[in-house]
Amino acid sequence: MSHSVAQPRLRDPDARRRAGWALLALLALWPLVQIAEFRPVDLFDARNLAVMGGFLGQFFPPNLSGEFLVFVLKATIETLAMATAGTALAMLLALPLGLVLTHSLSVSRIGPGPDRSVGEAIRALARMVLLILRGIPELVWALLLVRAFGLGPAAGVLAIGLTYGGMLGKVYSEIMESGDTRPARVLLETGSGRLMAFFYGLLPGAAQELASYTIYRWECAVRASVIMGFVGAGGLGQLMDQSMKMLNGGEVSTILIVFLLLVLLADALSVFLRKLLA
Amino acid sequence: MSFELDRVGLIHDAGQAQGQRALRAVSIKVARGERLAIIGPSGAGKTTLLRILASSIRPTEGRVSVLGNNPWQLNGSKLRQLRSRIGFIHQAPPIPPRQRAITAVLAGRLGQWPWWKSALSLIYPADIAGPRDQLARLDLADRLFDRCDRLSGGQLQRVGVARVLYQAPDLLLADEPVSAMDPALADLTVSQLHQEAQSRGVTLVASLHAVDIALRWFPRVIGLKAGELVFDLPPEKVSEGVLRDLYASETGVLPSQDNQPFHLAFEGHAVDEAPAGRGQVPVAPPRVI
Ligand SMILES: Nc1ncnc2c1ncn2[C@@H]1O[C@H](COP(=O)(O)OP(=O)(O)OP(=O)(O)O)[C@@H](O)[C@H]1O
Ligand SMILES: [Mg+2]
Repeated sequence: MSHSVAQPRLRDPDARRRAGWALLALLALWPLVQIAEFRPVDLFDARNLAVMGGFLGQFFPPNLSGEFLVFVLKATIETLAMATAGTALAMLLALPLGLVLTHSLSVSRIGPGPDRSVGEAIRALARMVLLILRGIPELVWALLLVRAFGLGPAAGVLAIGLTYGGMLGKVYSEIMESGDTRPARVLLETGSGRLMAFFYGLLPGAAQELASYTIYRWECAVRASVIMGFVGAGGLGQLMDQSMKMLNGGEVSTILIVFLLLVLLADALSVFLRKLLA
Repeated sequence: MSFELDRVGLIHDAGQAQGQRALRAVSIKVARGERLAIIGPSGAGKTTLLRILASSIRPTEGRVSVLGNNPWQLNGSKLRQLRSRIGFIHQAPPIPPRQRAITAVLAGRLGQWPWWKSALSLIYPADIAGPRDQLARLDLADRLFDRCDRLSGGQLQRVGVARVLYQAPDLLLADEPVSAMDPALADLTVSQLHQEAQSRGVTLVASLHAVDIALRWFPRVIGLKAGELVFDLPPEKVSEGVLRDLYASETGVLPSQDNQPFHLAFEGHAVDEAPAGRGQVPVAPPRVI
């Protein structure tokens, strides 16, 4: 008979640690809310409501005249082109950097084997590049690049490509890390290269998430290109800028409706791609 | 020499406070073409031992030599070459559910193919007959183009076996390769592993939880308990007493593939009817070493 093994205590050993972290998070949050002057009651103050109502009233009715719609259509196409080209550029940057960053695709970590420190150094470098790319807001990139490329969409495309490349690279590697990484690891363990371990081991499980996140970023790029438009990169943003300067609320609301439709389009595309890749 | 372990020990997460010792001073020498089974209770260290042989974990103590190399002294590309010569059948097949069986089998050769061939194979399979033949050996040829999430547990396990057969490695490691199969299929699969090892003269090491399969098929049986090697015997020398000790089984029930009470035939107990005599290989008799 071997009952000498100590009975584990009938209490969750991790409970205290979890409670501690939750408390700490709350304590950290409170002063931040104070600093941000977040007082939701202000929203329902009668005077504020009247002011907001007056502002919204200017937007009605939307301007649907044929002449203006032609402008909007041209600007929409320009915006879509800018967002799409920017996102494509971002993907080109993000895929290699994201792959380098992904731990589960690292051969040198198995064991650990030879060249471990080289691998770590390359990963650190890739992490730094991504950090710089996404740490600088796209607007700042755009202001910088407008000086090189002049006014027009080219600066916007590059600005989106750089910032979003940084975001996509980070999230790509996190998506790949959070799925089942065993298939890729096992392929590496039988001598497969990193890229093929990705295609045969990780991509089948991660394709859906990668696609939806990319589409979501494309949607964000559409919005970002508006802000670029304000600094002269063309598209819907520039049109909106002009309408606002002329205090033409009807035109602004037409443009806003187009935005809603574009977001709807992105949503539908995402659903479609997820079904396709399921 | 296919591989040699010299007083190999392993502590999982050795750096950390709660390091788990999985192996202690294990020494084995195995010649090319030998076929051996590793048995032992759950947590004994069978998987760990096989993964050390696959050079996918580095031992904390002792010396390893696999296919004439110390894997942990090789440079990156040599180590990769060595790994591509080792096949590992995993207990739970590490295959993405959305992958087709044919792609999963083809992936066995990724270590040997140039990258452009692997890349082109994503667009159109580089080889269809090869995977079909390997799946056919395991009675699964009709599921060649099926997605793996449409397969049963036992079928998926056979896809994992087919991948390693397709890889045609010089050292065939199998971690409980038949744990999700019924006794008939288990016999078919084990027989194919033996046939592969014998026809190409390569080494086969399989961990098994079913004692009956280990004793019936393998010319050499290794017992592992709490990370230590407790015996290394030909099957006819493995007595009921040795097995009881290994599994610390007081009731006399030993694990078997069909979960029926299992007793050794030669000790005069009820006989679990084997397709062939113990220690013999129905496909071809074991080589006398
Ligand atoms: N990655 C890991 N990290 C920490 N401990 C581990 C790890 N893998 C295995 N162990 C521990 O090492 C010991 C041996 O595990 P191993 O998987 O080799 O056993 P096994 O003989 O294959 O068991 P089973 O028959 O259940 O598969 C166990 O105590 C286990 O808890
Ligand atoms: Mg195991």
